[in-house]
Amino acid sequence: MDALTDLKARYLTGIAAAGDEAALEELRLAALGKKGEVSLKMRELGQMSPDERQTAGPALNALKDELDAALRAKRVALADAALDERLKAEWLDVTLPGRPRPRGTIHPVSQVMEELTAIFADMGFAVAEGPQIETDWYNFDALNIPPEHPARQEHDTFFMARAADDPRPPHVLRTHTSPVQIRAMTAQGAPIRVIAPGRVYRMDMDQTHSPMFHQVEGLAIDRDLSMANLKWVLEEFCRAFFEVPHVDLRFRASHFPFTEPSAEVDIRCSWAGGQLKIGEGDSWMEILGSGMVHPKVLKAAGVDPDQWQGFAFGMGIDRIAMLKYGIPDLRAFFESDLRWLRHYGFAALDLPTLQGGLSR
Amino acid sequence: MKFTLSWLKDHLETEAPLGDILYALTDLGLEVEEVVDPADRLGAFRICRVIEAVQHPNADRLRVCRVETFPDGPGGRSEEVQVVCGAPNARTGLVGVFAPAGTHVPGTGVDLKPGLIRGVESNGMLCSERELELSDNHDGIIDLPADAPLGVRFIDWRGLNDPMIYIKITPNRPDALGVRGIARDLAARGLGTLKPQQIQPVAGAFPSPVSVQIDPALKEKGCPLFAGRVIRGVKNGPSPLWLQARLKAIGLRPISALVDITNFFTFDQNRPLHVFDVAKVAGGALRIHPAAGGETLLALDGKTYTFQPGMMAISDAEQAESLAGVMGGEHSGCTDATTEVFLESAYWDPITVATTGRALKINSDARYRFERGVDPAFTLPGLEAATRMILDLCGGEASDVVMDGAVPDTRRAYRLDTARVQSLVGMDIPADAQRKTLVALGFTLEGDMAFPPSWRPDVLGEADLVEEVARVASLTKLVGRPMPRARAGVPGPILTPLQQREKAARRTLAALGYNECVTYSFIDGAAAALFGGGQDALRVENPISSEMTHMRPDLLPGLLQAAARNQARGFADMALFEVGPAFHGGEPGEQHLQAAGLLVGATAARDPFGSRRPADLYDAKADAEAVLAALGAPAKMQITRKVAGWWHPGRSGQMALGPNVMATFGEVHPKVLKALDVKGPAMAFTIMVANVPLPKVKTPTRPALALSGLQAVERDFAFVVDARVEALTLLNAAQGADKALIERVAVFDQFSGDKAEAQMGPGKKSLAISVRLQPTDKTLTDEEIEAVSAKIVEKVAKATGGILRG
Repeated sequence: MDALTDLKARYLTGIAAAGDEAALEELRLAALGKKGEVSLKMRELGQMSPDERQTAGPALNALKDELDAALRAKRVALADAALDERLKAEWLDVTLPGRPRPRGTIHPVSQVMEELTAIFADMGFAVAEGPQIETDWYNFDALNIPPEHPARQEHDTFFMARAADDPRPPHVLRTHTSPVQIRAMTAQGAPIRVIAPGRVYRMDMDQTHSPMFHQVEGLAIDRDLSMANLKWVLEEFCRAFFEVPHVDLRFRASHFPFTEPSAEVDIRCSWAGGQLKIGEGDSWMEILGSGMVHPKVLKAAGVDPDQWQGFAFGMGIDRIAMLKYGIPDLRAFFESDLRWLRHYGFAALDLPTLQGGLSR
Repeated sequence: MKFTLSWLKDHLETEAPLGDILYALTDLGLEVEEVVDPADRLGAFRICRVIEAVQHPNADRLRVCRVETFPDGPGGRSEEVQVVCGAPNARTGLVGVFAPAGTHVPGTGVDLKPGLIRGVESNGMLCSERELELSDNHDGIIDLPADAPLGVRFIDWRGLNDPMIYIKITPNRPDALGVRGIARDLAARGLGTLKPQQIQPVAGAFPSPVSVQIDPALKEKGCPLFAGRVIRGVKNGPSPLWLQARLKAIGLRPISALVDITNFFTFDQNRPLHVFDVAKVAGGALRIHPAAGGETLLALDGKTYTFQPGMMAISDAEQAESLAGVMGGEHSGCTDATTEVFLESAYWDPITVATTGRALKINSDARYRFERGVDPAFTLPGLEAATRMILDLCGGEASDVVMDGAVPDTRRAYRLDTARVQSLVGMDIPADAQRKTLVALGFTLEGDMAFPPSWRPDVLGEADLVEEVARVASLTKLVGRPMPRARAGVPGPILTPLQQREKAARRTLAALGYNECVTYSFIDGAAAALFGGGQDALRVENPISSEMTHMRPDLLPGLLQAAARNQARGFADMALFEVGPAFHGGEPGEQHLQAAGLLVGATAARDPFGSRRPADLYDAKADAEAVLAALGAPAKMQITRKVAGWWHPGRSGQMALGPNVMATFGEVHPKVLKALDVKGPAMAFTIMVANVPLPKVKTPTRPALALSGLQAVERDFAFVVDARVEALTLLNAAQGADKALIERVAVFDQFSGDKAEAQMGPGKKSLAISVRLQPTDKTLTDEEIEAVSAKIVEKVAKATGGILRG
């Protein structure tokens, strides 16, 4: 069987040394091809005695398998080497920038409106809307602000032009979101829970005032809602909105024509190091106005004040956005400076949710 | 409303520290805006004695003083300090005012530091009045009587330690526009006792030589009561220092004793008064009447006002002498020469005064008070109290009181339901405490009926009683109570479909790379007119600036102006959007929600891959389609060229379902860009969010997915057509060739322009489409495919005149 051993050694050496696919194929034909050395020996098996065949047969088969495996392994090795060689040549500068993808932003006012909505929706408040050009009845009279009321002057109202032949009082640009209270109650009656975020207008323009800004109105009417419920709702709102474990609110007596009793609401905060922290410290900051809806307002909206009572509140959306996100200047909200939009804006998929947290 | 602590203590017996008073004021609804406590500025300056003053060794005009100071106050240890002083009156034995090193000197703005002056140590300062901002006197240092108590704070000794308190008064609380009303609130809160006020009428010594008469037209409403009396033999001149100091402390300029007295009662009792110089009142009679219109008055503010018909005037026999309840006239005003005055105390109708004040744009202390409501019952007591003060300060004798009209009846009562505080506010306050509070505020209780005092015109119902009780008890004590869910369990969705869409449009646009803007709802008339607006119905009558005169008819002008501002800042490429209201009329509700996008410049910055290209119409179209898809618009819609005038007529279109226009997209008209200073071109779209139809049936279930196991076949065709044949016409024709078999057709190439015309003839272009055939029951044979292909070619030829490109 030395001949077989020789044969095997010769071919294995040849396969190991083969430099390319063609040399390998040549070796395969020479060994295992139709007229290859191993094939010829297989043919000789027929002329052997059964005894001889019994030993020579398996030996030949083993040789054939071994050479076949060696050929396949070498083929894979050659392919791998060739691929390695190609990949080495395929070099790109990975420090070049990626292809540009546009990155849009959501305005802080919109983001905060969605935050408000998420919180109040959980407490059962729907979102009500109303027109921004409003009649003076909805904006004032229905809210217990009669024409001669000083508050009506203090509102710095924008009036719409009125045709000379139109005897009606001019419409106004709503000075607050409170008229939506009347419209929502008139449409829906009691009980009701709504918030009404939106644009409002006042004739005021300086560092901290803009002739247009955003307010959110809250209204809850039921059989037995009290100011204590109002306080709880506002505490819950502030805790959730400012994303702090605890808030302290302080109610201060005040006056709004459309609520009675009325309260300004202060929140405990700290300004240590010029950084606002809600819920700690010894300072108080006014954040909103609120109160129990005035019986006359309920009546104006067709709700019986002997049967129903509840609370209302209003706060500046731009302002709480500024407080929460550290935005310094109100007027910049409406200037559309790209640098500002990109810096203070929110990503398209930054959807405020209660389960995921309102902000990142 | 400003007052000082000592003024408050005229009416309030209290030992409460300033801090407690301030807290209580704010908590009671009298919000403290500002406190100026002189001790903050001048508390470190104490009375000292110069033990010895000797000539400075190195300077002729300076003296070196050994000063005995008392850093711990009177009776405390004394400490000798050396001070170099340049004042000519610095001398041995002088009792003056010392500021130690470390003190901020308000008059010079300097923080004192120990130092060497011409080689001699100096450790503080002997001060002049100017350095303490007490006067302009800087001729020498303060020189006090020898018996002035050493170590005492100078402000205490001089009576200057009177904190000024500035509170914001809500319009419902006219009573708090007088110091007495503020004191009453604090007393009700328990911060002291309201001092009793006894006003003794002054007996008249002679009949009033001036008579008064209210025109019948005003008696009912405008002026129910007008009273006054003459005081003769008065000597006008500067008022006493205590009165001047009070007025100065609250920011008023002392004028003369007579005027200062009327101002004093304005602030002390919320009782505005007026004094006429009798010598100037012609005919010995004052008439209160509605103006005929056209009369003029030179008022005390030096301006001349013209009465409009119906405004209330006080006139003598010759002319109008006063704008009733608003401002007196210069002609009959008091001067130092005045010896005989007529003192007026009247009750004016708030609405009439407010209307007059507003029309004439006069903001006086009198108007401010009368329009909020003064106490009508105090009209006569106020007159008596002021008479007394005039007699005290100016001498003279008073006539009988003359009056017309009567004190208006303000008596009314509301039921006090002590359980209401619990149900409405949620505070538990014992019934007797509630009653005590109301009594302290001046209410009269008869059984369970509460009669508000005459100075509280704001109390008009039961809820007001609750408010008073809760306010005085302090809302700070209110403890939050959970509000039960309106419905137990998981809250349902609350957004309306339109609100959902507004949100979807906004998020989609941000995801597409647009930056959201919030621009003003009002724009300038010219810009509005460019976009079909600018009508008078949309005009703001009193705009705050010429750039904000009209409600916007469309969102694009605001976005274009934003683009122009950004271009001016050096940003050439931008994608801006806004979702918000546009206004199509001036009536409430004539507004509609738009989502608008604007693309200016290139799609990307320059990069190694050549990503940068100018944004074009098809970018705007794709983005508009993406938003419409997010809003649930059907995939198939008509595209027409019927666009408004602010669009490029050849490069813009509308997406519509029949007459219902959902969106417009395209290039903005170059003229519009020029007018708005935008360097173009600019691509844009406007989506009418509410015009996208809502689904007829709302169900989360999707239609079943039909997947064919059979191989689809893709075939390409290129047609030569006229250059203005629209792709959609061609696609629709191809699609129509076999509606069952053709799953999809799409344009994959367009060959147009000069080269195309050179090949295919003038006015021609080539459009290449791919058609996907999806068999449903058996694999297609070549013959079947050929048959469909032929049909496609035939349909396209019929619809567009196009022929298969060879």
